[in-house]
Amino acid sequence: MIETNDLSKQFNNNFWAVRGVTLDVQPGQILALLGQNGAGKTTTVRMLTALLAPTRGYARVAGYDVTKNPKEVRMNVGVLTEQHGLYLRMTGDEYLDYFGKIYGLDAQARATRSKYLLDYFGLAEASRRRSGEYSKGMKQKLALARSLMHSPSVLLLDEPTSAMDPESSRLVRDEIARLRSFQRTIVICTHNLAEAEALADHIAIIYRGKILLNGTLDELKRRVLGPMEYEARFADAFDASGLSLPPGVEVVSRSETSLKFRIESPQVANPKLVHALTSMNAPLISFHEVSRKLEQVYLKTMAEAQGLAYAA
Amino acid sequence: MRRNWEAIWMVARREFVDQFRDWRIVAPMVLLMALFPFIADDTTQEAIEFMGRFGGNLILERLVPFVILVIGFFPLSFTLVVALESFVGEKERGTIEPLLSSPLDDHQLYLGKLLVGIATPLVFSFVSIVIYLILITRRDVAFPSFYLLALVLLLTFAHAVLMVSSAIVISVQATTVRAANLLASFVVVPVAFLLQGETALIFWGNESVLWYAIVGVTLLSALIVRLGVSHFRREYLLGREIDTLNFKQLWLVFTGRFVGNAESIRDWYAVELPETLKQIRRPLAIVLLLGVAAVAASYLWVVVNVPGYLDISPEIENRIKTLVNQNLTDLDDLSGQISAPVLFYHNARAVVIMLLLGVASFGTLGVTLFLVNMGLVGGVLGGASLLGVSPGLLFAAGILPHGIFELSAVFLSVAATLKAGALLVTPQQDKSLGELLLVALADWFRVFIGIALPFLAIAAVIEVYVTPQLLQMIVPYF
Repeated sequence: MIETNDLSKQFNNNFWAVRGVTLDVQPGQILALLGQNGAGKTTTVRMLTALLAPTRGYARVAGYDVTKNPKEVRMNVGVLTEQHGLYLRMTGDEYLDYFGKIYGLDAQARATRSKYLLDYFGLAEASRRRSGEYSKGMKQKLALARSLMHSPSVLLLDEPTSAMDPESSRLVRDEIARLRSFQRTIVICTHNLAEAEALADHIAIIYRGKILLNGTLDELKRRVLGPMEYEARFADAFDASGLSLPPGVEVVSRSETSLKFRIESPQVANPKLVHALTSMNAPLISFHEVSRKLEQVYLKTMAEAQGLAYAA
Repeated sequence: MRRNWEAIWMVARREFVDQFRDWRIVAPMVLLMALFPFIADDTTQEAIEFMGRFGGNLILERLVPFVILVIGFFPLSFTLVVALESFVGEKERGTIEPLLSSPLDDHQLYLGKLLVGIATPLVFSFVSIVIYLILITRRDVAFPSFYLLALVLLLTFAHAVLMVSSAIVISVQATTVRAANLLASFVVVPVAFLLQGETALIFWGNESVLWYAIVGVTLLSALIVRLGVSHFRREYLLGREIDTLNFKQLWLVFTGRFVGNAESIRDWYAVELPETLKQIRRPLAIVLLLGVAAVAASYLWVVVNVPGYLDISPEIENRIKTLVNQNLTDLDDLSGQISAPVLFYHNARAVVIMLLLGVASFGTLGVTLFLVNMGLVGGVLGGASLLGVSPGLLFAAGILPHGIFELSAVFLSVAATLKAGALLVTPQQDKSLGELLLVALADWFRVFIGIALPFLAIAAVIEVYVTPQLLQMIVPYF
């Protein structure tokens, strides 16, 4: 579990890298931390790893206070850093064995865990080769394997699928999803919004050290983009001028063969709306939710934060 | 405890393996280790022939230990790069963060790096020395005694610890490998000077004096290791990407500490200076104790040993007394020979030199210089005693009048120097090493400007115009 309150970090040059970050990530949840480069994601993760001391506020990770019990925090956290951080003259299995030792695993546990991870990430054949000879994706997978070596209860992953091919990315996403099912607490820092959308239960958008938005994807979409939108498509031209709209429904746009609605409470309004359309003998082909991406939420939030106009 | 050492060894072992897998590190080290003893052996032969022509047997006897010291030093200076890049190199390669994110303790990381940093050059140094020792068995030159050999090897070990511990401090504080390598000269050059001093000791012939060098270097190394462990911050290693020299910021930190919250000079003397004096109470007590001990030890040494060295007959004693009386009579003219400003400048400079030496050695060399001065005072009093002059009387008339001010100024300044040195090796969570140095200097300057300079000025005036009169007054009692 990760719990922070007013977590803040000021560096010596009086620059506030992180200001008042409050998070609550429970076991079995994934939080995606989104933001521009330099927004404060890495600083936040480093405070959660007890590498940087908070200037203000507190953080508890895996039940330990990052200031009072830094060693216990590190023992229970697996970190994938921005750079892979591999020792390039070590082979894959030596590298995992080394970190297994650091985390206090015995020889048997190290061998078993290392074999499992190397097999899972498709590195078994390359395990006797020095990691300097690996491709970028292989290096990233080995680094991820390192962070999982001691089966930590909390995972802090910075760009976990960067430099990976689509198959490997899928593999990593599957592993992250599997770890969630094992009640791990996971934070992902990423610029890959599709990945965040696919994996995260909660999303936090950070800008200049401050959390601008924090919630589930649906909550964020509603908050930033407004009520959900639905589209009705017709087989032929349909005159909807006489359509009586249920309360909480407004027409956003229309064409001869389609109508787009913004609906406050779809559960209540949609059956009534569909009923109204079919009552008018509308040649209805489909009635579906207009897909809204996390990207729209993110870009709009960022544009507003910077005082710019958002072009959808 | 066992787990602790295992963790330190784990860090060190990985580095060992890593180094020996890089031919760019291993090849030059092996070449140097293997070639240098042969070069040194040839040089030894040349020296034997050269000395043989001029009968320099005494030098020949000491030649081998000297060459061993030099052979030991060369691989140390070369392999220093391993220690210099231990932390900053990992930072540049991006490998430091996974390591810092691990549950290893700060001291385990630090000592692991220190261990490998010391062991690697030592292995090369000792192998070089052994090769050389084997080679010189063919030469017509005195093989050093086991005792001397052990001393020289111990000294080489002490050099390794000193150089590597300094290099690792640099590695933690530097932001780039390039900066760390540039700073390496601050390690190699002083140790090269030290080596020259030790060479002088070897040729001087008193082997036991080498113990002082070993103890001194070991003490300094221990302080540097302590400094390194105290200021090792994970945050520091990750937090800074580039360093810019901000003179304004440096000045603000210094003056901020120097001035404190004082709004006037009176305020400063009433509140800020007493606060600093309060902080140096303990170092002052240590300095006083050491000073008195140095005077007493030196006095006793002179009184006990000098008569044995010098055969002072009553006739010589009378001549010395006459000479002293004559000199004391001439003191009338002292103000014509030496002015108070010159004396003031000389004393102030000595105090500043103690500070500079102290800052460079965490207080130790500053205190050592102070003890040498105190020793001189004891020596003079001992000499006077041998000539039948009351040391108490001489002290009261010749030292105390200006010494009240001069010695007070020196005691306080040395105590502030000691405090500055101690501050540098004390863990401080909220300050960088640079900030700490500025704070220590500001505290020292508080004492120096607030008390020492005025006291030294008063002492100089008294020493030129009052002390000679008093000394003349006691001449009849000689």
